[in-house]
Amino acid sequence: MDASEGRGAAGPAAEVSEAAAPPSEAPPIKPPADAPPRRGFSRRRLLGAGAVGIAGLGAAAAGGYVVSDARSGARSGGSDTAAAIPFRGTHQAGIVTPAQDRLHFVSFDVTTESRADLVDLLREWTKAAERMTAGEAAGALGAVDGPIEAPPQDTGEALGLPASQLTLTIGFGPSLFDRRFGLAAKRPAALVDLPAFPGDDLEAARSGGDIAIQACANDPQVAVHAVRNLARIGFGAVAVRWSQLGFGRTSSTSRGQATPRNLFGFKDGTANLKAEDASLLEQQLWAGAADGTPWMANGSYLVARRIRMHIETWDRTSLDEQQAIFGRFKGTGAPKTSADADSAEFDDFEFDTVTGASEPVIADNAHTRLAHPDFNQGARLLRRGYNFVDGSDGLGRLDAGLFFLAYQRDPRKQFIPIQQNLARVDAMNEYVKHVGSAVFACPPGLSRDGYWGDTLFA
Amino acid sequence: MRISRPSTVLVLALVGVTLAGCGSSSDDKASGDKKGGPVSVAATDTSCKLGDTELDAGTSTFEIKNTGSKVTEFYVYAEGDRIMGEVENIGPGLTRKLIVELPAGSYQGACKPGMKGDGLRTALKVTGASESLGTDAQLAEATASYQRYVKSQTTALIAKTTEFVAAVKANDIEKAKALFPVARTYWERIEPVAESFGDLDPRTDARENDVEPGTEWTGFHRIEKDLWVTKDVSKDGALADQLLKDVQEVVTKSNSVKLSPLELANGAKGLLDEVATGKITGEEDRYSHTDLWDFQANVEGSKAAIAALRPTLEDRNPALVKELDTRFAAVQKLLDAQTTDDGFKLYTDLTQAEIKQFATAVDALSEPLSQVAAVVAQK
Repeated sequence: MDASEGRGAAGPAAEVSEAAAPPSEAPPIKPPADAPPRRGFSRRRLLGAGAVGIAGLGAAAAGGYVVSDARSGARSGGSDTAAAIPFRGTHQAGIVTPAQDRLHFVSFDVTTESRADLVDLLREWTKAAERMTAGEAAGALGAVDGPIEAPPQDTGEALGLPASQLTLTIGFGPSLFDRRFGLAAKRPAALVDLPAFPGDDLEAARSGGDIAIQACANDPQVAVHAVRNLARIGFGAVAVRWSQLGFGRTSSTSRGQATPRNLFGFKDGTANLKAEDASLLEQQLWAGAADGTPWMANGSYLVARRIRMHIETWDRTSLDEQQAIFGRFKGTGAPKTSADADSAEFDDFEFDTVTGASEPVIADNAHTRLAHPDFNQGARLLRRGYNFVDGSDGLGRLDAGLFFLAYQRDPRKQFIPIQQNLARVDAMNEYVKHVGSAVFACPPGLSRDGYWGDTLFA
Repeated sequence: MRISRPSTVLVLALVGVTLAGCGSSSDDKASGDKKGGPVSVAATDTSCKLGDTELDAGTSTFEIKNTGSKVTEFYVYAEGDRIMGEVENIGPGLTRKLIVELPAGSYQGACKPGMKGDGLRTALKVTGASESLGTDAQLAEATASYQRYVKSQTTALIAKTTEFVAAVKANDIEKAKALFPVARTYWERIEPVAESFGDLDPRTDARENDVEPGTEWTGFHRIEKDLWVTKDVSKDGALADQLLKDVQEVVTKSNSVKLSPLELANGAKGLLDEVATGKITGEEDRYSHTDLWDFQANVEGSKAAIAALRPTLEDRNPALVKELDTRFAAVQKLLDAQTTDDGFKLYTDLTQAEIKQFATAVDALSEPLSQVAAVVAQK
């Protein structure tokens, strides 16, 4: 019943919108006049109106409500942080979608041995995900309308909360492509097992997984609600392997967003791929049909790394050394080669500039130099990582750092060489430790009737 | 398949349940019209031979003679291991009778030498006329069936707790340690019933940190700590006596309380919740680490409650029954992998990966279990 509602609602309008959609994801959409009022009130009360709402959004995408200037679209995304992000489209939402403030990332092991059960789950998940991203309850009966003897179909903690730009993005890990589900021949060559990097101290309980779901939202309660309900629906077919909460996005994925700061207090990833860089995205972010894995066309590869920061020792480091490690000024984020500390963040790095003593102004082992496209055959990433603080570690130190998330077209040409560069000599290594690691193939966006992974399981 | 039965009151009598009971019984009224009289069951430590495997619908009497060296039990199971009748504690050399009413259908007779495992099973075929039950009668039979289960468990609970208490009072630490998880097995199988009696459950089963300030800590776990940690039970005589007294009171109340079908459903889920919160974490038996015994017992108790509801569930949601069967089997498979000669591996000997497997399997079972109550409640 909720399925037909979703399908009927997406209808022809959505089909048109897909065909017409630009290669990059549509920015947040202003609701048309006939749409129900914005999700300011109870999700439950909106159930009846849900179909209209989705249809309205589809029509909006087709009918020119898409803000043509992505920059202003991003700005409207910034001001309208409660709105819904369309779930279906050429690419999955949650990749170039302007980075929301909060994250709940979860990695699952598949526990069923039945391919049919796994596909059933992916269909169930898709229905629930589409509902939740629209600001509705996980199941049609919601948190309070079901039989009182049964557990509710929705856990209820997001009742009354708006969609909060929730995006749910799925990815498949290398381990899914073993013999269990007959997928071995479909494993993309780009979905490599990451090599061991110098200095890695990986914990199995924070690494790997068959399926990952990234939930991003502007309200942590909405992101957690989504993951919790998906995990609940998955009991019996999948089991949570690990999960990670994040706050404070550490990168901007559109030009309308300021570059935020990581827990070292620095702006990082200024050269991030942005939603507006259409041709760069085609080159560096989206897998193509010609890349050798047709089911991944319009998809992307995600590398996730839990990077613990030694906060306390960093905080005892002089400003001069901190700036030298990054190769930036801490205040503005401007390159150290800019005229002074008040220069602009987006100034070009002049890596050849040397001091009077013929030392490079941006040291050979500075983080920005080693990570820069100029030193990585032009390889770039779309980063959308988050800061995390998981309390303290029992020794009184913050269990904190960066949950690094980076999307790319091919990790073999992008993340891996960049990280090999960094792992060897990056001056920052003294202050960070990679403790979790995973890589996932994130399939393309969903068609009108599609479900998560349908191109893979077709 | 739903097993139909006459809507008459089901008659079940356990004959000769006292330890002294033996030999033939004068109670023949229930088996008077059977062809050839009672079905003989020849039980040894390794075999279980039934004199007849094709029975007429109606009341059957089984006469179980244990010529083995282990204490045995005899069960008649309907599909899904729903207990139609059973007799426990048949000591070596003893003969007991089980009288049970069986409508037409397929059953299994099972001896359990050593009172463990699935038992040595023989298929039983019952034919003849029997009318189908209406919904209400079906649910009434569900509670009656579960009541039989509770009765069987409480009988064994008293027996094993008595032995445990005697060992504690005799200062026989090794014997008391061996009996501790065994006595608790019967407790843990019916824990949701026991829990419904106010402070009896905390008096019997509280962990040290559950005890309210100003209240004395008593019960199984208090003695557990003395057995495994202080290694001194010389002063525990009064505690042991109190435990037996409390258990007796629980048993009396358990056998008189009338549970609703909804309580059965919630009890089945509650037992798995106990596993998820107490056993998988190793909190329950934190000194003895015999948590897997309790885990197994909780699963069995849950399964028994679901088995009692099975005909109703089969009618209303056969897919759910199938899923429950699969999930119960998956949990049992993991438990079976941890058995030892005298029970189970200690919790502390499990690897983190094994504990995770248990947690995952319990989650997978608990999710469909949580749907049972609504199915039972639906009109």
